Amino acid sequence: MSEKFEPNVVAFLCNWCSYAGADLAGTSRIEYPPNLHVIRVMCSGRVNPLFIVNALQQGADGVLVSGCHPGDCHYMEGNFLARRRFALMRELLNFVGVDESRFNMSWVSASEGAKWKDVVTGVVNNLREAGAFTEFPRKKIDW
Amino acid sequence: MSSKPKIGVYICHCGINIAKTVDVEELTRYAVKLPNVRVARDYSYMCSDPGQLMIREDIRKNGLNRVVVASCSPRMHELTFRKALVEAGLNPYYLEIANIREHCSWVHKDKQEATAKAKKLLQAAVAKVRFLEPLQEKEVDVEASALIIGGGIAGIQASLDIANAGFKVYLVEKTPSIGGRMSQLDKTFPTLDCSACILTPKMVDAASHPNITLLTYSQVESITGYVGNFQVKVRKKARYVDFSKCTGCGLCAEECRLADRVKSEFNMGIGNRSAIYLPFPQAVPAKYTVDPHSCLFLTRGKCGKSPKCVEACPAGAVDFEQKDEIVEFKTGTVIVATGFDVFDAARKPEYGYSDYDNVLTGLEMERLISSSGPTGGKLVLGKGDGEYVPKEIAFIKCVGSRDKSTGNEYCSRVCCMYTAKLAHLVKDKLPEANVRIYYMDVRAFGKGFEEFYDRVRREGVRYIRGNPSEIFKRNGKLVIMVEDTLTAKPLEDEVDMVVLAVGLEPRRDAREVIDLLRLSQSSDRFFLEAHPKLAPVDTATEGVYLAGCAQGPKDIPDTVAQAKGAASSALVLLSSGKVKVQAQISWVNEATCRGCGYCVEICPYTAIELVSVNKMGHEVNVARVNEALCKGCGACAAGCLSGSVQQKSFMDSQILPQIAALGGKS
Repeated sequence: MSEKFEPNVVAFLCNWCSYAGADLAGTSRIEYPPNLHVIRVMCSGRVNPLFIVNALQQGADGVLVSGCHPGDCHYMEGNFLARRRFALMRELLNFVGVDESRFNMSWVSASEGAKWKDVVTGVVNNLREAGAFTEFPRKKIDW
Repeated sequence: MSSKPKIGVYICHCGINIAKTVDVEELTRYAVKLPNVRVARDYSYMCSDPGQLMIREDIRKNGLNRVVVASCSPRMHELTFRKALVEAGLNPYYLEIANIREHCSWVHKDKQEATAKAKKLLQAAVAKVRFLEPLQEKEVDVEASALIIGGGIAGIQASLDIANAGFKVYLVEKTPSIGGRMSQLDKTFPTLDCSACILTPKMVDAASHPNITLLTYSQVESITGYVGNFQVKVRKKARYVDFSKCTGCGLCAEECRLADRVKSEFNMGIGNRSAIYLPFPQAVPAKYTVDPHSCLFLTRGKCGKSPKCVEACPAGAVDFEQKDEIVEFKTGTVIVATGFDVFDAARKPEYGYSDYDNVLTGLEMERLISSSGPTGGKLVLGKGDGEYVPKEIAFIKCVGSRDKSTGNEYCSRVCCMYTAKLAHLVKDKLPEANVRIYYMDVRAFGKGFEEFYDRVRREGVRYIRGNPSEIFKRNGKLVIMVEDTLTAKPLEDEVDMVVLAVGLEPRRDAREVIDLLRLSQSSDRFFLEAHPKLAPVDTATEGVYLAGCAQGPKDIPDTVAQAKGAASSALVLLSSGKVKVQAQISWVNEATCRGCGYCVEICPYTAIELVSVNKMGHEVNVARVNEALCKGCGACAAGCLSGSVQQKSFMDSQILPQIAALGGKS
């Protein structure tokens, strides 16, 4: 847990709100740490809980899932499904001894470029504190 | 398909937008080494003609079958590059975009860090593109009609344009008459056209147009379906007046026991009406409506021996048995033109709007000064014996606009000019009156605006720069506490009347529209357009367009222009008659599906059903996707226990390689 440690974060963003919000952060030139890499999905409801485990297994130190604000889902209720799934997921990760900071959820709308920066900064700072994730055996799959 | 992937990688400099913080040459050298990459090139503007030509030629000459473009957001140019693939004879879904502008070069400063991140994003895109599959875009017919929500000037203009092009229009208006806010205005700036004179002919045109079905006093209950095929349910509220019999003579209103005792919404509460009423004399349709919230018969079940309106009506049109009616129809497109609400001045208690009768809002002043208003255009305050003509009149601008304390950071765009217009009208009616305007800035940006502002100043209206802090009463006069910020002197200004130039706000019932159509809001809470510059009337929901102040504050010329823009966008869809539907939808591997029905429960669009199939002699259930209903959210894919349901272009087998690429240390 040296101070120099820079975590690697994999993020799943829904196309309509959070991805657009992150785009807006770009258009507005709002600077944030470069540690987080985005995978675009159409809806946070598409994110299979296995993706989270897989990301941690593949070398990510933390994961973020971000969607539309509850009630604002482009697909009506996809983010509710995501919220329910990941509430359980968090408990499971807790149970097997994975620190809470490894798995994050946020709601960022298409107009919240500044909030996106806060979310990324928060997640990255917490993970800088938590250090590298080594609890899962790293399993490199060569696709 | 499964020919070996031959990938071309195209890295855009975007002028210096990307190249300044990402080392594009280094990125290109890195790309060539990635698995299955045949060619990697960088170019100043990949989206330009020569850039696209480069991609098309490589596809033809080098036999590429996959393309990765590292550039701006896929929300920006994914369609552009898909078209380039099609032109080169490749399936458009063999494309993946690495967003190295919005998500990288624009948000990071350190070139080394940004280049390292760009490499990872590119690596993930290359990892995914190898597993992409070709998809077919299906075309569906477009129902040749449009739904317009909101019957203000925006909705009326859009309806007329679409109807004149030969398509059917359903114009739904919540209140008993179309006309909207514009019908409440006296004159319009800067030309001083009489608002009613230019609006009412359009209202009549809309009502009498053979292609327009007018649904006033109605609300949209639900909208289902998708672009080209929306199913709409509208509730026509009971008017308690038989539309076919009412002649609009008005005898009912004269006889109503509550005549002149119910506050008139149209007159902003300054004037009164009856419980059975026509909102304003030029209302369209010119049919009376019983207000269920004030009518004695409807609220108490009793109105004398029998309701006077029933007795008074010579046509026998009043009908208290009438019930709400549900109207259902199909439309191809929807235009949202629901307008705005004015800022509630009571939220700035320091200005005493709730306490003093002679503190008015701009819209109230508009009604007071209008010749069709409650005073017949006489600028008088007070009632009966207390009636008086104000001599000292002050306007205060930016009430509820450009004001963080009210949560409205934006400029409402119309207040500067409507204040100037009202000041002019005051000087016109009361040449002796002293008129001053307290302002932060004067924004006279439109055609003819600056000239009008200049004219009003020459007419003797004083502009004083300062934001009043408080208004209170002293010796029967209103006292405005303010600092003149140009002379740095505190003032106490005694006046007879204050007009608050209240700003525009999103409608307080905007939530209902959001829920109907899944619209997004921008940070000012107005409806969000698909792109602020390039798609200003489109929304994230295909086939749904925005017009007028629902999208943001604007004046009448801009509203009409936007309404025409929205109509034109809707007409593109209607006149082509066909629309391509989402190709990235769900798909079921029937061989592994165990028919548990979990996906059926998850799907918010009832797009999946269980069907019985014969698997090696056994009748078993499997899930099947209705391709017309599926909108491609992928929720079913995340929920499937056996991984049998997948979302095309977002399959597990396509996302997992992305994860692997991003997880690994670069």
